[in-house]
Amino acid sequence: MSDYGLLVDYEYCTGCHTCEVACKQEHRIEAGKTSGIKIVELLQELPGGGLDIINMPILTHLCYLCAPRIKNGQLPACQVHCMADILKFGKSEDLVKEVPKKRKAIVYTLSGFSI
Amino acid sequence: MAESGVTIHRTTSWSAGPGCHGNCGVLAHVKDDKVIKVEGDPGHPWNQGRLCPRCLAMTQYMYHKDRLRQPLKRVGERGENKWEAISWDEAFDYIETKMKDIRDKHGAESIVFQQGTGRDIGGWISMLAYAYGSPNWIFGLSGVACYTPRLMTMWATHGDHCVMDAAQWHEDRYDNPSYKVPESILIWGQNLNSSCPDGFFAHWIVDLMKKGSEIIVIDPRFTWLASRAKYWLQLRPGTDGALALGFLNVIVNEELYDEAFVNKWTNASFLVIDDGKKGQLLRESDISKNGKAENFVVWNSKSAGPAVWNSEKAAYIDESITPAKEGAFEVKLADGKTTSCKTVWAMLKESLSQYSPEKVSEITWVPEDKIVAAARFYAKSNPSALQWGLPVDTISATTPTSQAIGHLWCLTGNLDRPGGNVIARYPFDVTTYPFHSGINILDLPQETKDKRIGTWKYGAFRDFRAWAQPDMVLEQIFTSDPYPVKGMWIQTSNPIANTGLDPHKWHEALKKLDFVAVVDLFMTPTAMLADIVLPAASFLEKDSLKGWWVPLQAIQKVANVEDCRSDVDINFELAKRFKPDLPWKSVEDLYDHLLTPSGLTYSELCEKGWMIPPAGHSTAPYDRQEKGLLRKDGRPGYQTPSGKIELYSSWLEHWGLDPLPFYEEPPFSPISTPDLHEQYPLILTTGARSPAYFHSEHRQIPWLREIDPEPNIEMHPKMVQELGLRDGDMVYVENWMGRCKRRIKATPTIHPKVVMVSAGWWFPEKEAAEPSLFGVWDVNINQLIPMSHNGESGYGCPLKSILCKVYKAEEVANV
Ligand code: SF4
Ligand code: SF4
Ligand code: SF4
Repeated sequence: MSDYGLLVDYEYCTGCHTCEVACKQEHRIEAGKTSGIKIVELLQELPGGGLDIINMPILTHLCYLCAPRIKNGQLPACQVHCMADILKFGKSEDLVKEVPKKRKAIVYTLSGFSI
Repeated sequence: MAESGVTIHRTTSWSAGPGCHGNCGVLAHVKDDKVIKVEGDPGHPWNQGRLCPRCLAMTQYMYHKDRLRQPLKRVGERGENKWEAISWDEAFDYIETKMKDIRDKHGAESIVFQQGTGRDIGGWISMLAYAYGSPNWIFGLSGVACYTPRLMTMWATHGDHCVMDAAQWHEDRYDNPSYKVPESILIWGQNLNSSCPDGFFAHWIVDLMKKGSEIIVIDPRFTWLASRAKYWLQLRPGTDGALALGFLNVIVNEELYDEAFVNKWTNASFLVIDDGKKGQLLRESDISKNGKAENFVVWNSKSAGPAVWNSEKAAYIDESITPAKEGAFEVKLADGKTTSCKTVWAMLKESLSQYSPEKVSEITWVPEDKIVAAARFYAKSNPSALQWGLPVDTISATTPTSQAIGHLWCLTGNLDRPGGNVIARYPFDVTTYPFHSGINILDLPQETKDKRIGTWKYGAFRDFRAWAQPDMVLEQIFTSDPYPVKGMWIQTSNPIANTGLDPHKWHEALKKLDFVAVVDLFMTPTAMLADIVLPAASFLEKDSLKGWWVPLQAIQKVANVEDCRSDVDINFELAKRFKPDLPWKSVEDLYDHLLTPSGLTYSELCEKGWMIPPAGHSTAPYDRQEKGLLRKDGRPGYQTPSGKIELYSSWLEHWGLDPLPFYEEPPFSPISTPDLHEQYPLILTTGARSPAYFHSEHRQIPWLREIDPEPNIEMHPKMVQELGLRDGDMVYVENWMGRCKRRIKATPTIHPKVVMVSAGWWFPEKEAAEPSLFGVWDVNINQLIPMSHNGESGYGCPLKSILCKVYKAEEVANV
């Protein structure tokens, strides 16, 4: 059971790429390499002729929920800087309770993460 | 908690670095005089900890290997990229000698001072220009097409500027009890989340969407915001004026305006002489011999005769007057003749009748039912806010267009109302950016002011702000008429890659000058053409202050980067050399002077960090027209010539412009130039923002470049196919002016007949010397756009809507 995770209210993700650069700066990851988070834009042509855009932040293999920051009493770098304020670190069981209140949201969990 | 040896410094951002005009609170982590990390300040009311990629990449920016670190003096030919590093003293001596020589021979006005976008530079560059004695201070984009045109019409209409209210005037922001979340937000031509708009934080819109605001998006492209909008209106680029007039048509015909507000606060009842021509506001001096020209006339329904509005008192001469809002009247003039008059409201209605939703739909391509529904939704929402973008400036018809859009908040009573568009003033009346004239730093004698280029042609330049007209400046470099231009001081601006339309002409112009100095942070295509290049500091390397629009705040140096100096320090040193009796001993002394209205000294401001004017102050909202907080005399009303919101503008009338809004086709369009359209069948629009870049900057910053690696052209897949092309192909974009090379990004988010070509591109990694100039000529889209196609006001240019064709180019490996 994963105790901690990141809630992503992706309905409001604007695709600004802030989180990617925040993660790179925090963890000194050079350009050209994927960091702990990656935004994927999905542009969809709808059956009726309309369009839709979803920006989905994907937490990658490298995301370790900013463990050193958490231990330091800080929030993850991506959460602090997220322009749309849609990322939230917390106990998975608490975060999951928030999902039904959102239009489109998910919780990423990280097994083995402890404080 | 920071790691050992690290100190955390609190400051605020402005320009050099992220490049923007924002006000983000920043925490800089510094170790051994070196910034090792930049974070957002959670305690700052502007950004609440958030920061964009550009600010987060500051360490890559500050310590980039290509950062200019020493003054450089040209040793080869201009553009040869041969330089000698010199000391600051040598640089100042050289500049002083050169510029004094030009001043002696040709007069100070023959040097033009050019800045880029609205940076922490406007004050200091005008200080330098005026200390030197030149009135010619420009922003080089054709028609000053960045915010100034909109600011001008707002100022002419209601005497002040206004911006959308996102609770930015409250420390506690959205929680402030006086604030209301807008029911609707009309986003006019702005892809907010990819840009950082003037004095606004883009993602406040997202905050408000989460709190329930519904948005209407007007954009030729289907942006992320459009995907979340209640209505998305995909207009033909450049037809914004028609669309706004269509909205007004619906609002007036369906009586959705705020009747009480219009009657009380606008000049709807003023009489206009209806002579079948342009018309003219009827003045007291027209109807009585001793009457004043400043006073206006209404039709008093009670006495069935004319009555006078006293502009100085912002009141009717007699309180019992009941002005007629509608109708036509015969009025007896002072000379005994009579003339037919109509009220402003009647004239406005008449002119709006030309813009039925059906007609507007034809012009703009937006379906009629959407125009009607969106207009109704905006007008019926309470409150409704309007957030507009640069496309309103970067069209030739900017003045009538921004006037029409501004009339939306005026007619719906959303001006200075919570959650509407609030009047924006410099906080505590501290002007750190002397937009309106330079006089809060230095003044010039009238005969010098009269030499400001363009003032003799355009009233809206003469009477609003202190810019020279850039298109006329460029012409004058070639014609020397009425006097020669011999030199240019360019500070953090890159006309060859970005602000200059028809950049070959700018290139020729710079080559023609006797002296060119550039102050910048990196070598640019423009800096390559200079005689001397000075290395400027980023915001983390300087002490400065900001108040645009709110809070009033200090920018405080956290570290040094070698020999780089802040713009203000550079300009202060030179200003002293040109004007030894400069009234301030030091930069801090100057800051103290600027801060006088706030009652603080600079060091006190630094201690506080930032300050927001308290409720009740004339620089804090709301409803200030009622409280007498807008006018200097303390009377209710506005700071306009009449004291009313001038729906029919006496300023525009004074400048010989149409006083009511109207629609004008872009100068090059399927309708204006059908012959050209046959050859160049696509509508070219440019200037789309990138979340990674600010204008032409940041292409050398690795974390940013990877977000947006190469210049492209957005085309609809249908058009790509129709032209026999494929997604990813290299193509030429071409018209009668020139061409540039781009890679196709096929996307259904754009109209098939429109292409979007990103702006500001050059390649810092390519050959610097001429003829390459960092590969700028391969990609600069401005090569397809002419100078000197401004609106009648002298403002605006055809950046958002011109014509082109697209065809396949040979594949070049690294373009
Ligand atoms: S939580 Fe930390 S490691 Fe994970 S994506 Fe965010 S910044 Fe990167
Ligand atoms: S910072 Fe937030 S809004 Fe921006 S891309 Fe990342 S998750 Fe999305
Ligand atoms: S671009 Fe926007 S987010 Fe970035 S520093 Fe400027 S105001 Fe802040």
